[in-house]
Amino acid sequence: MLLSNIESIPGKQIVAHFGLVQGSTIRAKHIGRDIMAGLKNIVGGELAGYTELLQEARQEATNRMISQAQQMGANAIVNVRFSTSSVAQGAAEILAYGTAVRVE
Amino acid sequence: MYLIHFGVFLRLLFLGFVFGRESEKQHFKELRKRELRWKRVPALTGRSLVSDSPIKEARLVTGSVVVSVDYFKRFLTSIRVIFGGEAKSYSPLLERGRREALCRMKESCPEAQLFLNCRLQTATLFNGQGKSTGSVEVIAYATAVVYARTEPIVRLGK
Repeated sequence: MLLSNIESIPGKQIVAHFGLVQGSTIRAKHIGRDIMAGLKNIVGGELAGYTELLQEARQEATNRMISQAQQMGANAIVNVRFSTSSVAQGAAEILAYGTAVRVE
Repeated sequence: MYLIHFGVFLRLLFLGFVFGRESEKQHFKELRKRELRWKRVPALTGRSLVSDSPIKEARLVTGSVVVSVDYFKRFLTSIRVIFGGEAKSYSPLLERGRREALCRMKESCPEAQLFLNCRLQTATLFNGQGKSTGSVEVIAYATAVVYARTEPIVRLGK
């Protein structure tokens, strides 16, 4: 499955459009990472535990989007966009959406 | 008893200030080094391909980072809220986050010659403190293009 940020896959031609596909996941932080984050909050800087958590969540959301596109019969997704938002205290939603197409 | 609380508060402020400032300086130095390494491979915000050269591969790449604000900066911002105006203590933090996310995005595809449609996104994540933003996530994502030729494709300005 090919993914792209722009309206086409560079080097290939789009032959069919299947419509909007999306994948999302909501991840809650856990206690261990939260304690480290609390300590890090005093000195500032990167929270590696949360970065990793959200990267995994984004990968999961992208995989769900890919499997939805595969069910439609597409072999590529163009115009992919991401969105992160805080939905509850301590939980964040990652959304990935794009247009499923068939390329040759 | 209040004196003890005030003492802890001052100590946290001091710790935040000293270590925060030191790690920020180190980070800026490291960012400069990494950015110089990627100087010849630009991240463009446009969508059009700059050359008709045959393309070997194109794929979506992302880079992300979650940064937290140290105690001292948050204290400064809570005072700033009274007077209004630019929150100067947050600017270097978000600048670091953006540059770090861009560096990671470029490093995730080392054979690329060009990054198209580079987008940056910032989202706030609460850490349970409630009163002020605990952490911020910055994502950078783009389409990495690998041309069949290996010489640099884009003519960079001086």
